[in-house]
Amino acid sequence: MSAQVINDLVFQAATVNGSGSQSANLVLTRAIFSMGIPVAPKNVFPSNIEGLPTWYQLRVTPEGYQARKGDPDLVVALNPATWSNDLKSIRPGGAVIHEEAYSTADPRTDITYYPVPFAKLAKTQIESDALRKQLTNLIYVGVVAKLLEIPFEAIEHGIRRVFQTKPKAWEVNIDAVRVGWRYCEENLQKNDPFVLRPMTGKTDGMILIEGNQAAAIGTLMGGCTVAAWYPITPSSSLCENLIAYSDRFRVGADGSKRIAIVQAEDELAAVGMAIGAGWAGARAMTSTSGPGLSLMAEFAGLAYYAEIPVVIWDIQRVGPSTGLPTRTAQADVAFAFTLSHGDTKHIVLLPGSVAECYEFGMAAFDLADRFQTPVFVLSDLDLGMNLWMSKPFDYPEAPFDRGKVLSAEDLERLHGDWGRYRDVDGDGIPYRTLPGTDHPAAGYFTRGSGHDENAKYTEAADAYRRNLDRIGRKLDGSRPALPQPVIQQSGSEVGIIAFGSSDVAVVEARELLSGQGLRTDYLRLRALPLAESVVEFIRDHQRVYVVEQNRDGQVYDLIRLETPPDLVGRLRSIRNYDGQPIPAEAITRPLLELEAVPA
Amino acid sequence: MSLTLNRAGLSRDAYKGVATTLCAGCGHNSITNHLIKALYELGVEPHRLAKMSGIGCSSKTPAYFVETAHGFNGVHGRMPALTTGAQLANRNLIMLGVSGDGDSMSIGLGQFMHLVRRNVDCTLVIEDNGTYGLTKGQFSATADIGSVQKKGQVNTFQPIDPCAVALTLGCSFVARSFSGDGKQLVPLIKAALSHRGTAVLDVISPCVTFNDHDGSTKSYSWVKEHEEAIQEVDFIPFFQEIQADYEPGTLHSVEMPDGSHLLLKKLSEDYDPSDRIRAMRMIEQSRERGQLLTGLLYLDESMADFASHEKVTSGALRDLGEGDLRIPREPFDKFIGEFA
Repeated sequence: MSAQVINDLVFQAATVNGSGSQSANLVLTRAIFSMGIPVAPKNVFPSNIEGLPTWYQLRVTPEGYQARKGDPDLVVALNPATWSNDLKSIRPGGAVIHEEAYSTADPRTDITYYPVPFAKLAKTQIESDALRKQLTNLIYVGVVAKLLEIPFEAIEHGIRRVFQTKPKAWEVNIDAVRVGWRYCEENLQKNDPFVLRPMTGKTDGMILIEGNQAAAIGTLMGGCTVAAWYPITPSSSLCENLIAYSDRFRVGADGSKRIAIVQAEDELAAVGMAIGAGWAGARAMTSTSGPGLSLMAEFAGLAYYAEIPVVIWDIQRVGPSTGLPTRTAQADVAFAFTLSHGDTKHIVLLPGSVAECYEFGMAAFDLADRFQTPVFVLSDLDLGMNLWMSKPFDYPEAPFDRGKVLSAEDLERLHGDWGRYRDVDGDGIPYRTLPGTDHPAAGYFTRGSGHDENAKYTEAADAYRRNLDRIGRKLDGSRPALPQPVIQQSGSEVGIIAFGSSDVAVVEARELLSGQGLRTDYLRLRALPLAESVVEFIRDHQRVYVVEQNRDGQVYDLIRLETPPDLVGRLRSIRNYDGQPIPAEAITRPLLELEAVPA
Repeated sequence: MSLTLNRAGLSRDAYKGVATTLCAGCGHNSITNHLIKALYELGVEPHRLAKMSGIGCSSKTPAYFVETAHGFNGVHGRMPALTTGAQLANRNLIMLGVSGDGDSMSIGLGQFMHLVRRNVDCTLVIEDNGTYGLTKGQFSATADIGSVQKKGQVNTFQPIDPCAVALTLGCSFVARSFSGDGKQLVPLIKAALSHRGTAVLDVISPCVTFNDHDGSTKSYSWVKEHEEAIQEVDFIPFFQEIQADYEPGTLHSVEMPDGSHLLLKKLSEDYDPSDRIRAMRMIEQSRERGQLLTGLLYLDESMADFASHEKVTSGALRDLGEGDLRIPREPFDKFIGEFA
């Protein structure tokens, strides 16, 4: 047998959605993670409830790479509808565990076949009729575990972990795993090189968490008291998690709640409720995806112009229109940045990890309150709905920044002489009062129509321009306060700019390129409007590749707009938009091609 | 004009706003005056009032009363969402929404219905003139069949009746009045403001410019001719003695949450504002007869308002700080550890 390949493979389970396969996938994932081995799971599921194909890719590497990798090494094929394509996808030297009854006519000679009579085993060895369909998937876990030499205790841990709220289910699940384990032991001859061995030092103390869970925790720790939402894939789990965490941590002994979470009748109403709450002084948010963001365009302009804090999460999916609801993209950036008619430009945060989903979930409220404006946080389906390894989250040290709010005492001190839209401090940020403030000078009329420094209705041209210019200065002046780019620079000629979930692919791509003799520097963008260091980075490099997951090079365009003419030619665009999380090779291949072209 | 101080220590002047920019004779201006009177007589503290509106002629009016209160002129048809959010953020605010028939019955119909369904604690005054005044006279959804625009176009679509819609959705306070009838409208406004839950007040308000001509069913002359009051209404705030200058009849007393009483005098023997089906039937019947049914159509004080239903804490959410909102450090670390 060839030399062993230890802790380094791409595993993929091809099953049918709604069959309970996700639990089995998670059991395997948790089992391997508990061995100290880095895991990067990616779930590919259809826009459907049950009956259509779904694939679960679990990438295991000693280095801890988190990006997707194209073709799998070891496949479990349990969906007859995709059998033929699943076979074709396996890399040479790999293996397939398949339902024995599937046709193996014209077999490949460069992979190993492991036929397993899953249906028969389920029928004869699983007692429960009701659970047979789900437990069939656990049989595959047993086969895989035996083949990859995963200790049975690790699988048991996986089962206890995944079914931690249902201890009664442990026994029957462990039994199902044993069925597959025993079948493999007694009938299959290992003929592939892949094994898993416990590791230390790579995953110590780490957690495995979804971006939407992290965002919900950040939202709660950021002091949100009003949230409104409308269900939409892949955003729903953010607010659903917020509801679950609030039920644990925001309920008083008398049952009263320190947060209001409303399932609105549509996204228009959801963002409207958040803005009404923000106007009244609560930290308010909503979460949606592309189609919902389109509906929020009008209200976004109102919040921008009337200067009301609100946090809006967009967990991006493939568009345009309904698009591919269960596929990932970074194609709402340009839209979010200028959301609404008229001259509008917004603060947009671009978290690149689950830890940043948590951190920006909190920071977004501080920024919204400080700058009295909507703050958009752009995550995506890959970051939001897949499990990612992370260090545990840090406890927030700083108190909330509630921004410039005048109390009744402040108004008394000012003898009531204030104006809602006066630029008192020169930073373009005015002061506001909250409804319910007990002082005769507190009240003013908030409006989306033209207003002067004292919030009075006006159609006068000079007042309109002064006010709009001030808002522009306010947003422009926010740049240093936003999450700054993370830059790795060491004098290379070539630079890479990327953002969001592309980060893990860039990290891997840079190592691959370096191995081929091409050193690169890297700037990870974390917010819009752009920090000054972006243009400086371009100035410091001969060629800069902007990597993103959309068709039109949205961030490439935004960067070009702010780049001086003599530097614009250095920018090049790399775009991946097939709905799958970008793999490293989707960066290395075009980059090397473009580098080969003489300047 | 009264210089007497109310229980908040304020004169009627304190409840005025800036000068109106609406057309002379506009029904909305009358409603504004009735709102000023009602707020003054109730003794509402201006800083506790939150004036909400959408877009349109009616939505401009919050600037014309209680100038020192906070107001929010939002976007067309979406005032209910803003109101819901603000009310959740601070349950101590008195939410007063002013809208029009276009704002609430066309673009805003969905949000109107869901506001009512949730029974958000607010008063919603629909200044109803059957027309889009600000954009120069298009029909609105409440325009009656057969009504004629100034230019001669005839409406052939079924009108939407805000009161009928509200009743169908289980609204806890449904009333209709007329901008010219202060004697009926002012007590209704006071009752609406004291009601805990959504109070829908559909106020027929003739548009002098676009809909106050003979072919319109929302003109002054038409309404005065066809109006049928279903009961006399008076509202007695808890801090005043009962005045007794009404015709004897059956008195129906309802206790409001703030301790005040709503006294209904039945003018028609078989009418009962606690019977929703009867109210719906009467609206249908009056519509068939081409009549305008005014008064307090339906009242239910027993329904929980939205914030109570959601068990929102009684203090204002917007006042809570880190101590109330953040998980303490040790439980936080333990919670994060659950994801290991």
